[in-house]
Amino acid sequence: MNDLIIIVTGSLVAICCGILGCFLILRKMAMVSDAISHAVLPGIVIAFMLGSDLDSIWMLVGAGLVGVFTTFLIEFFHRQGKLQTDASIGVTFTWLFAIGVIMVSYYAGDAHIDQDCVLYGEIAYVPIDPIITDSGSVLGPKALIVLSIVLLVILAVILPFYKEFFLTSFDPAYAAAIGISATIWHYLLMSLVSITTVASFESVGAILVVAFLIVPPATAYLITTRLHHMIGLSCVFGILAAILGYYIAYWIDGSIAGAMATVAGLNFGFVFGWTQIKKARPVTSPPISQD
Amino acid sequence: MKEVFIEFFGMQNPNVRYVVLGSVLLSISSAIVGCFTFLKKKALVGDVVSHAVLPGICLSFIVTGTKDPFMLIIGAFITGWLSILVMDYIVQNSKIKEDTATGLALSVFFGIGILLLTVIQHSGNAAQSGLDSFLFGKAAALIGKDLLAFGLIAIVILATVFLFYKEFKLICFDPDYAEAIGVPVKKMEMLLTSITVMAVVTGIQAVGVVLMAAMLITPAAAARFWSDRLSFMLVLASIFAALSGVSGAFISYTTPSMPTGPWIVMVLSLIAVFSFFFAPGKGIIIKLLKRRKIQMQLLEENLLKSFYKIGEITEDFKAARSNAELKEVRRFSSGQFREGLNRLAKQGFIKRNNGTWSLTAEGLQKGRRVVRLHRLWELYLTKYLRIAPDHVHEDAETIEHVITPELEARLEKLLEYPDEDPHSSNIPYN
Repeated sequence: MNDLIIIVTGSLVAICCGILGCFLILRKMAMVSDAISHAVLPGIVIAFMLGSDLDSIWMLVGAGLVGVFTTFLIEFFHRQGKLQTDASIGVTFTWLFAIGVIMVSYYAGDAHIDQDCVLYGEIAYVPIDPIITDSGSVLGPKALIVLSIVLLVILAVILPFYKEFFLTSFDPAYAAAIGISATIWHYLLMSLVSITTVASFESVGAILVVAFLIVPPATAYLITTRLHHMIGLSCVFGILAAILGYYIAYWIDGSIAGAMATVAGLNFGFVFGWTQIKKARPVTSPPISQD
Repeated sequence: MKEVFIEFFGMQNPNVRYVVLGSVLLSISSAIVGCFTFLKKKALVGDVVSHAVLPGICLSFIVTGTKDPFMLIIGAFITGWLSILVMDYIVQNSKIKEDTATGLALSVFFGIGILLLTVIQHSGNAAQSGLDSFLFGKAAALIGKDLLAFGLIAIVILATVFLFYKEFKLICFDPDYAEAIGVPVKKMEMLLTSITVMAVVTGIQAVGVVLMAAMLITPAAAARFWSDRLSFMLVLASIFAALSGVSGAFISYTTPSMPTGPWIVMVLSLIAVFSFFFAPGKGIIIKLLKRRKIQMQLLEENLLKSFYKIGEITEDFKAARSNAELKEVRRFSSGQFREGLNRLAKQGFIKRNNGTWSLTAEGLQKGRRVVRLHRLWELYLTKYLRIAPDHVHEDAETIEHVITPELEARLEKLLEYPDEDPHSSNIPYN
């Protein structure tokens, strides 16, 4: 039963991330999601201090706000300060992360916060704590419920406004011309990414969220040119990574999150290799007759 | 507080000396390497490498079975390098963009590292404890041996940058030109990558995986706002880094519960954010002020022009004008209108008398000059660029605020001191 819960949880993360990740990749914003996943740390610490539970709705709302704030800072330094995007991302998320770590150290005496849990545990890095890997206790159904809610939220936002997300991802100029504000959808997407990050880090850790956000969509991107195919494929690849990752982790007694990321990477490697071979030996089409 | 300060900076305590020197050495070497990766627009490469060293460290532990720092660093170096190669290969051989490849390499290498680390930890090998210091950093626990390693790396990095300064500069700013004049670009890029990986591998032990990116990017980003010269930028980035290194060490010395690494990054970030806002020339505030100054100049000149135009119609330039009269000539927003008039009055270009305004001699001269420039330019455009007279007004509206007295003299001479503009309006001279 525990296996099933873990695999379903992993798959839920994979589906949430797979949907959002496709839009991130198309908008060339993959690294912004990495930044958000680290920058939510101070938000989490503040929410802890205000006494809210990790699974509470307020935590998710707060995460959404922090994500929007991070995105805003990155944009602000880039637009107003003319700082190149990559540096803007790097400066912003490390700063927010450092603030988070300092806050954790400052409130270390507080019963609500456990430095190991926040820093060494799932939030900052991936669960390397063995308690998590012997499952059940942490990957409980609670995370399952939260993630299901998050998935519903994502679907509720993306499905009705698929056209808007589609257009602003591919052709922001055209979208603007027909009256779709790129800014609103941009920030909406980023708040969804931060909600997903916060909902998932308890079960899979910040880095695996990034892995699920980027690797399966990138794999799908290699073999399709249609957005809805890409979303579907990245969910499939993500679920595959969750299932195989779990059994590999179980087999070699290692971190589940790490194994899932590894499988996602291997999966990408195979597909990438396959496309390379196909490219090297192009399918020979019959010559067009001259007459 | 004062005693603590003296105690700290007296550096009698060897532990303090290690931490301070170690932090400073690390910060400076990362900052210098970071300037180059920043200029190559590959700032996030540091983030990838710092995540990618973990599998190397674990593999080298699995292979050798010891925590020999030298072996661990070699392992780290290899996977760090590998991550960059993988990234570049993906970008060059598929339609995947750089940012995606960056995130991909970063998360997969780190995932593999975490998997290996947990496998080692569960294997019951007692020697493994402490491997995770590579993850989180341990700047406050630096010892003499670490310092030696940091010092050595810093010397290697500084010497490399010193020796290949010109080549590095070329491949950062203009790799095509570098190639053309015979610089071995590929080799130089490999060298630069190697010292980047080296800086990351050592730096990570002090500040941890995530914050390592800041040690590379933030000083360079801050320094870039103060200078356009690479040499000056390198010096500034080093100073910022050293300052943060000392501050971080000092804060965690005075408050032992405070971690050194995050505070180094905190101070660095504050310096950077301060630079983004207040650096002369490039700072956000300075730019806003400049923009406002220009806006004010335009507003004032447009107001004076309105005074002059009313004067032309009524043939009385110095009579008092009401607000309504002025607003009839040109539209001003009411806030700007009031502000502009007050500024003009303060500078002595106009006089206030009971709610109406009249031009002074200086104001008349300035208003006349703006009108003259406007009409001279309109004439120039029609005469020399053969633009239709009904198309020249907009352009003249902009240029009238910009033309210098020298250019004005040349225009007058070129057009032979004309009397009328293309709309048959009189061109006024003093």
